[in-house]
Amino acid sequence: MTDFSFDKEISLAIAAEAGQGVDTITQVIAQTVKKSGYRVFYTLEYMSRIKGGCNSSTIRISSDRVCAYREKVDFAFVISKDALNHLSKRVSEDTIVVDLYSTAKDFGGSAYANTLVSGIIAGVLNIDIGLLQENLRKVFSTKGDEIIEKNMQASSKGYEMGKNLVQEKNLSVLIEKNDLAKEILISGNDAVALGCIAGGVDFISSYPMSPSTGILTFLAKHSDDFNILVEQAEDEIAAINMGLGACYAGARAMTSTSGGGFALMTEAVSLAGMTETPMVIYLGQRPGPATGLPTRTEQGDLNMVLYAGHGDFPRIVLTPGNLEDAFYLAQRAFNFADKFQVPVFILSDQYFADSCYHIEPFDVEKVENIDYIEKTTADYKRYALTANGISPRGIPDFGDGLVVVDSDEHDEQGHITEDLDLRIRMVNKRMSKSELIKEESIPPDFFGETGAKFLVVGWGSTCNIIKEALNEINNPDIAFLYFKQTYPINKNVLEQFKNRKKIICIENNYTGQFANLLKLELDISVDEKILKYNGMPFSVEELALKINEVIK
Amino acid sequence: MNYDMENTDIAWCQGCGDFSVLKILKETLAELRITPEELVICSGIGQAAKTPHYLNCNVYNGLHGRALPPATAIKAMNPRLTVIAISGDGDMYGEGGNHFVSTMRRNPDITNIVNNNMVYALTKGQASPTTQKSFVTPVQTAGVSSEPFNPIATAIAQDASFVARAFCGDIEQSKEILKKAIEHKGYALVDMFQHCVTFNKINTFKWFRENTYYLEDSHDPHDRIKAFEKAIETAGGKLPLGIFYINENKTVFEETAANKRITALDTLKRRTGRNEKLKELIKAYL
Repeated sequence: MTDFSFDKEISLAIAAEAGQGVDTITQVIAQTVKKSGYRVFYTLEYMSRIKGGCNSSTIRISSDRVCAYREKVDFAFVISKDALNHLSKRVSEDTIVVDLYSTAKDFGGSAYANTLVSGIIAGVLNIDIGLLQENLRKVFSTKGDEIIEKNMQASSKGYEMGKNLVQEKNLSVLIEKNDLAKEILISGNDAVALGCIAGGVDFISSYPMSPSTGILTFLAKHSDDFNILVEQAEDEIAAINMGLGACYAGARAMTSTSGGGFALMTEAVSLAGMTETPMVIYLGQRPGPATGLPTRTEQGDLNMVLYAGHGDFPRIVLTPGNLEDAFYLAQRAFNFADKFQVPVFILSDQYFADSCYHIEPFDVEKVENIDYIEKTTADYKRYALTANGISPRGIPDFGDGLVVVDSDEHDEQGHITEDLDLRIRMVNKRMSKSELIKEESIPPDFFGETGAKFLVVGWGSTCNIIKEALNEINNPDIAFLYFKQTYPINKNVLEQFKNRKKIICIENNYTGQFANLLKLELDISVDEKILKYNGMPFSVEELALKINEVIK
Repeated sequence: MNYDMENTDIAWCQGCGDFSVLKILKETLAELRITPEELVICSGIGQAAKTPHYLNCNVYNGLHGRALPPATAIKAMNPRLTVIAISGDGDMYGEGGNHFVSTMRRNPDITNIVNNNMVYALTKGQASPTTQKSFVTPVQTAGVSSEPFNPIATAIAQDASFVARAFCGDIEQSKEILKKAIEHKGYALVDMFQHCVTFNKINTFKWFRENTYYLEDSHDPHDRIKAFEKAIETAGGKLPLGIFYINENKTVFEETAANKRITALDTLKRRTGRNEKLKELIKAYL
């Protein structure tokens, strides 16, 4: 008999002050663990400050594929004064608390506490210390020999502590290893950004705002390799208006923002609708209203992207909930935008952007970009009335024609008009694209038995959490429908809602914005809503509990 | 070069200064031999912002106050284009004030014409940022109390690369100023005094004629301090016209260290042929 037995899974939490590098060491640990053949998932939560306070990461190391947040903590690594208090709700008598704060002085100061943590984990999991040290060297490569050496020492010391811990606590860890060498370990943020590159983005202008800034910095870092013009705009209004100008000139442009920043962009969304300019808008959601909780997560901006902008015009809302969708939907976003000449939203959130696990690499050969830009002739008309509402899109200096776009109602040429009959034809033309878009709307993914009595509905970042919660419940009477495109909704989806005893909608917001959209668009009434709006994602445990409650 | 449009119903009042600006613009472009196909005119909203609709060229008529951000991006995406942003004083200096200052800082190679009639005309006579003090309007019923915005001084303070003021009543002089602005490599501001025949009965054609004078030939536009002195000059109550300030030693936005190589590529080729590099980047996550 062992005192602590970790069969199949071990879950770690690391808590420290902002600025102490929890995110960096978490990445190093996850990379090392994955390279050793252990399946791994991590997510970050942090405060809106540069130093102090308390931030934490959760790392799950498992025999199974895991890609969702759990509350349970087997090992709590405490690196700052408030860290234990910060994790108190998640710490139980079964949690091993490793307090590195009060003993930090013994091993060269708190700066090395993170590295100790990584050593301890390597020791407990019996991971090759050389592999860990190689990863540490990479991270600290620019910090000078002395700091590298101290980190090497700290990792060795941690490794020893880990081994001692196994002895002292009589630990047994039984986690299966797999060949993960061909899988990529990546965050939601980076998966979206890579998808944007795959989709051909060559212009981004944004104003920095958590939790969307990661897209801007990622594209800036790789701008030279992929010929992407990156500009930090003076405000969100300039950001999106620059993007629209870039598209007019022939770019595949995007902007990245969060709810408050997007609020400033709404007039230009309407302009994109009127001028039929393709535009991709990445919105990383955080809790509102107003400044809300700047570094936390929520799904509270669906309504805003659905209705942003005055007047009637079509739009597309994509809501990736797993890493594959993050990449492939971001790529498609640019093609949707170009094909239909409409604004396309990629709606994400802090939890999704900051969560990381490993998957098969994205297949670049599988994706296709179609350039819909046409060479103009001398008689070119930007808004030619066509049978399907889509006018061939020309750009200046490509062909013999002139390209005229106007935010006023315009004639086929693009010039301002107050001809009210023409107005009707132009509105009809723009809105007729809605039907085409609906035909290509991506259907939701269905998981479970066709005839299941209960149907759980979710969209975006809750996908993996719901899936694991349902796995845990293991009840064939419950099926799950995950929407990766929330607008427009694929019409065939109606069938999925038929003959269910209860429809349960799960959302990270107060009102159930998607449940309300289902009612509005498809006249589907949701029976139960499971909602959370404290700024944190759902955990697998709490969802399993709540789903079980509502199906009683 | 034929910039004339056929069958156009021009929405300006009879005698509006905008007609003169249109004439100045057309003749300048023709004399510079810029073809309609290689020209993009961006504008915001207002009577002046309708200008590109009366000119045969590529047009981007966007939102109120937002002509400069798309103009900047269009020039960056295709530096072969000549890009002009034209709107009124309310649009450029009021609604778009942040873009006005930020565009000077960015310094794209575009020309910014601001038809400045010191009043909001399309919304029927309210104060604009450049309306002079005590001017009575249906909103500012006791007269304007805010200090008028000084675009010339602001631009020189911000070291904008070309700063000029013209008066649309002087066709030949304005053409010369505009020609130099378009030929200048970098952001070029032309604050264009323009009379409003309907809503500004104070700053009339006659008033502009009587209250302006041209900078002396001895004025050195490379002397920033002198330029600033001229920009804030109030002695005698007359406002100077001409080229106040030029700074040729500024890098244009399209040619910054980060942008130069990218903007030089063909517009439609920047995003092609990136699969191998993308595969490599994905591999880095293994």
